[in-house]
Amino acid sequence: MIYELLESVLPFSWVQYDFMKQAFLAILLITPLFGILGTMIVNHKMAFFSDALGHSALTGVAVGVLFGIPDTNLSMLIFAVLFALALNQIKGRNLMATDTVISVFSSFSIAVGLVILAQGGNFSKYSSLLVGDILSITPREILYLVLLLIGTFIFWILCSNQLNSISINRSLAASRGIRVKLIENLFAVCIAVIVMLSIKWVGILIINALLILPAASARNISENMREYHFFSILFSLFSGIVGLIISYYVNTATGPTIVIIASVIFFATYFYSRHGK
Amino acid sequence: MGIHTEPCGLHCIKMNHIGVVRGGKVILEDINIHIHCGKLNVIIGKNGAGKSTLVKAMLGEIPHTGEIVFTNQENGQVQSLHIGYVPQSINIDKNTPTSVYDLIAGFSSRVPVFLKKSRREYEKIREQLSYFQVEHLIDEQVSNLSGGELQRVLLSLATIQEPDLLILDEPASGIDQNGMAKFYRTIYDYKNNHDLAIILISHDLEYVAEYADEVILLDTRILKDGPPAKVFESEEFRSVFGSVRYPLEQEGAK
Repeated sequence: MIYELLESVLPFSWVQYDFMKQAFLAILLITPLFGILGTMIVNHKMAFFSDALGHSALTGVAVGVLFGIPDTNLSMLIFAVLFALALNQIKGRNLMATDTVISVFSSFSIAVGLVILAQGGNFSKYSSLLVGDILSITPREILYLVLLLIGTFIFWILCSNQLNSISINRSLAASRGIRVKLIENLFAVCIAVIVMLSIKWVGILIINALLILPAASARNISENMREYHFFSILFSLFSGIVGLIISYYVNTATGPTIVIIASVIFFATYFYSRHGK
Repeated sequence: MGIHTEPCGLHCIKMNHIGVVRGGKVILEDINIHIHCGKLNVIIGKNGAGKSTLVKAMLGEIPHTGEIVFTNQENGQVQSLHIGYVPQSINIDKNTPTSVYDLIAGFSSRVPVFLKKSRREYEKIREQLSYFQVEHLIDEQVSNLSGGELQRVLLSLATIQEPDLLILDEPASGIDQNGMAKFYRTIYDYKNNHDLAIILISHDLEYVAEYADEVILLDTRILKDGPPAKVFESEEFRSVFGSVRYPLEQEGAK
């Protein structure tokens, strides 16, 4: 039914292809998700963290292959959640600079992943993980995305105030009875789940760009939290939809096309804010 | 040890044998502080003396030994202690999209600030800000505030839930001389009009001499405590800060 609706509403020739309709719906779901999540990733200065998390997908798949788990999605998800919690734990110890800790863990986990997956020269089988393919999404997977979006929205309604407070000052947040560690861990798990469930379509190499760019662009022109979220979601949706359509007509890879558009928006808002204010 | 003053109000906060060990190193040892409401208590000491650690221990952010007890002397009951806290600095970059309303409502309201402005919350925050003469800044972006304005906003945030104890961690750093005098005056006035105790960490010894009721000289343990005159003229004070003299005559006036 939704497909028919799309066909009647959108005046484009590509709407007749089912894979394009599915990709279109997927983008309508994934991009707002990334737009919302990105706001607090940037506020918490976690860009590097989410990047490392994306890379850990490779290790998760490798671990799954190694232990003969039939569904590597599952091993990927479990590994990423554990990886995120472990990173948070070590970060909290303040033993060394956060970026160093993340880098060490990320490099190690990627290396392990590559060693396992590239055994016998078979890596090409997994290279689709690197770039992703939004056109391969199935209706059932779209349903998962709907649930994911709803879940994230509920999490945001309950926890975004606390998340923002923690990013402003941890001690201050703790003094107001906010359970800093719990909320930080929940957030890390939330990022891990969303990144893992969308990595197949977006790709390890560019997933972080989609998380960071819309929020970073929104920061250039927003003065309060409402504008910040509105513009982040708007830029994310806009880059996603326009990227998909352009990639169809110009015949380019969809993910990278979306990232290029998101980057252009970043530079445009950056120059606008420098000259407009 | 413990500070000895006449009881001034009905509440008191006792910190008994507070100790903190981190990474095998003793940072705080056997800290005993007795605080009455209506008093401005200032903790002084060199960098690395454990001042900020003590604050974090009080806030329950890091594990410590010993106990903090808040009692109502009227009925002798132990109550839970509400702490208001003004940090040294906050993590707001030049373009952080957070307004003063967002900052305060994020801490004090359940309505998600990313979704909408709650009218009720907005009025409440404006009223609170007006106590510190900054109500006109409510829609201003936090990153655009001056040092003095930010301090007043953070004070509004710390006191919005009427705490029993207000802790200020070097709140005047990054403020000019004129702003500093104004800031201490504000704290002093607030103390006189509200039922709470204040703990202030400070480097500004001349203001401490002028406004503090009690001074605690800290270096891993409490070296000396008491009224400013007593602490500032002590041997322990000289061993930490050298032989500096501060005008203490205002002390008698209060």
